[in-house]
Amino acid sequence: MSELTLTLIKLGFLALLWMFVLAVLSVIRSDLFGAKVDARVAAAPVAQPNGRTPKPVKPSKKKKGQPGSVTIADGPQAGVGATLGEQPVVIGRGSDCQIRLDDDYSSTRHARVFQSEGEWWVEDLGSTNGTYLDGQRVTRPVPAEIGGSIRIGRTTLNIAK
Amino acid sequence: MSIASTSVIQIIPRSRRGVELMLLLIAIGVSVGAYVNIGITVQDKVPASTGYYAAGIGLLAFIAHMALRYRAPYADPVILPCAVLLNGLGVAMIHRVDLGLAIAAEARGATPRAPAAPQQITWTAVGIVLFLVVILVIRDHRRLQALTYTAGLAGLVLLILPLVPGLGADINGAKIWVRLLGMSFQPGEFAKLCLVVFFAGYLVVKRDVLTLAGHRFLGLDLPRARDLGPILIAWGVSLGVLVFEKDLGSSLLFFGLFLFLLYVATERAGWLLIGFLLFAGGAWFAYGTFGHVHKRVEDWLNPFNEQGVGQVANALMGQAWGGVLGRGLGQGRPELLGFYGQSDFIISSFGEELGLTGLIAIILVYTLLVERGLRTALGCRDIFGKLLATGLAMSFALQVFVIVGGVTGLIPLTGLATPFMALGGTSLVANWAIVALLLRISDQARRPQTPAAPVSDETIAMAVQKQ
Repeated sequence: MSELTLTLIKLGFLALLWMFVLAVLSVIRSDLFGAKVDARVAAAPVAQPNGRTPKPVKPSKKKKGQPGSVTIADGPQAGVGATLGEQPVVIGRGSDCQIRLDDDYSSTRHARVFQSEGEWWVEDLGSTNGTYLDGQRVTRPVPAEIGGSIRIGRTTLNIAK
Repeated sequence: MSIASTSVIQIIPRSRRGVELMLLLIAIGVSVGAYVNIGITVQDKVPASTGYYAAGIGLLAFIAHMALRYRAPYADPVILPCAVLLNGLGVAMIHRVDLGLAIAAEARGATPRAPAAPQQITWTAVGIVLFLVVILVIRDHRRLQALTYTAGLAGLVLLILPLVPGLGADINGAKIWVRLLGMSFQPGEFAKLCLVVFFAGYLVVKRDVLTLAGHRFLGLDLPRARDLGPILIAWGVSLGVLVFEKDLGSSLLFFGLFLFLLYVATERAGWLLIGFLLFAGGAWFAYGTFGHVHKRVEDWLNPFNEQGVGQVANALMGQAWGGVLGRGLGQGRPELLGFYGQSDFIISSFGEELGLTGLIAIILVYTLLVERGLRTALGCRDIFGKLLATGLAMSFALQVFVIVGGVTGLIPLTGLATPFMALGGTSLVANWAIVALLLRISDQARRPQTPAAPVSDETIAMAVQKQ
């Protein structure tokens, strides 16, 4: 067999091998960027333009001014929440969190809401993308007040009575 | 800072099985292409066995694909094609070295050894059967967590098995083989799988304690002295494998896996420092005490010493001869490494015939396999699954690093099987089981989650009032 044919076969095979690698890369790329989005949900009007509309407050017998619950405000998990009792409430993607988020942008143990000296505090647990209370990044424990909104990744949680 | 949008975009999960089928077709095409190419260049004709080879590998891949379609529809679409490609290329190269050895034997007037490629295809079939068993039997990887300590015990027993008198066999200086029914097995390959399950299950429970910081040193939080027990035990067992079985590769693999999972579970870089110090101490001890380790290091530092050309030197010469584009399949001389050109040094055979260009592609395929494993760990919702997927993916990464690093002269050579490629039944079968487990976890991780039932305001108010 001629030298030229052998060289062509050699280069052809290398090209074929690389084609596989590139095909895999393009599949991974489309998995990252080309995900189908549910048009109905994406086009739904943004209900809370600023993300800080407080939830309608129900009358309760609790001491005035003390937050009583943290609830996810919107999205498929809207309404999921936890009441603030003695135990701190951990929010994140992990299975051991009291509020489990289905949000790729949140960390496994993202933030916690806890009681100290008669007040409630929001603390970031070293998350990757940060925790925001009323638009301000939480760098140290900050007091949580009724009507405040916590943003974690793409999820907003409301603090209510 | 104002919040731009609060709407949660709902992504529709796709099963991606069609994409997997397409990638599988390319992978099979590349493998069959390699086989035909070898036939043309070595024997000057398209080999008659091409049909059998293509049908065999195609059928096996198709069976695995259909199992995923029915039992793990949301599994990662990239993992299976990568594994099939590596396996197919491996068989093609083993066949190529078979041909080379047969020609060399003929020239010497000796009878050629029985070809190894058909044997490897048989083992691939066994591997696919185990793949099916894992996919069909393990419906939820979280059930494995209950078997944490059983898996740990099984792993230890498998590790010790080659040392049992009458059962173990000493092949090429390492006591890692077990002879049974006229065949030899490497139980260490399955021990790897069991130990990853054990490490993951154990660290899920203990990671909170192991995360506690002790002294601060050079900006690193070192763990407390009383928590050093587990890592010292892992180190001791690894050294034991080195001392009694003379197997450098497995010893390195087990300690590396434990250290890496410990780091991932606790997020404490201090463990890496301690682990590295322990490793350095062990390596120094082994270098000074064991002749075979000493020789490996000498071969690495001076591959072209005066006492004749060793395997490493042969492999380096072959890769240098291959250059950037390689000699072309069937046009190198990988058979000069003998049997090792099919097993430990198969990467060097590829380096010689496909060159740097081909070798990079092969290493990229391994990288993609590992990347998808780590991606699975990221997406997985439970901690056990995360650690398990990380451990399985890292077992590939460590193995490829150790063997490719050894063959290319980056680190001293240690005998570990090149996953999916190297000749060796146990390793191939165990790797198919690992891939099946990874796919099972990724199916769980990528499957759409049923949204939690919303809690109405009234329920919350009532809950608040109850307190």
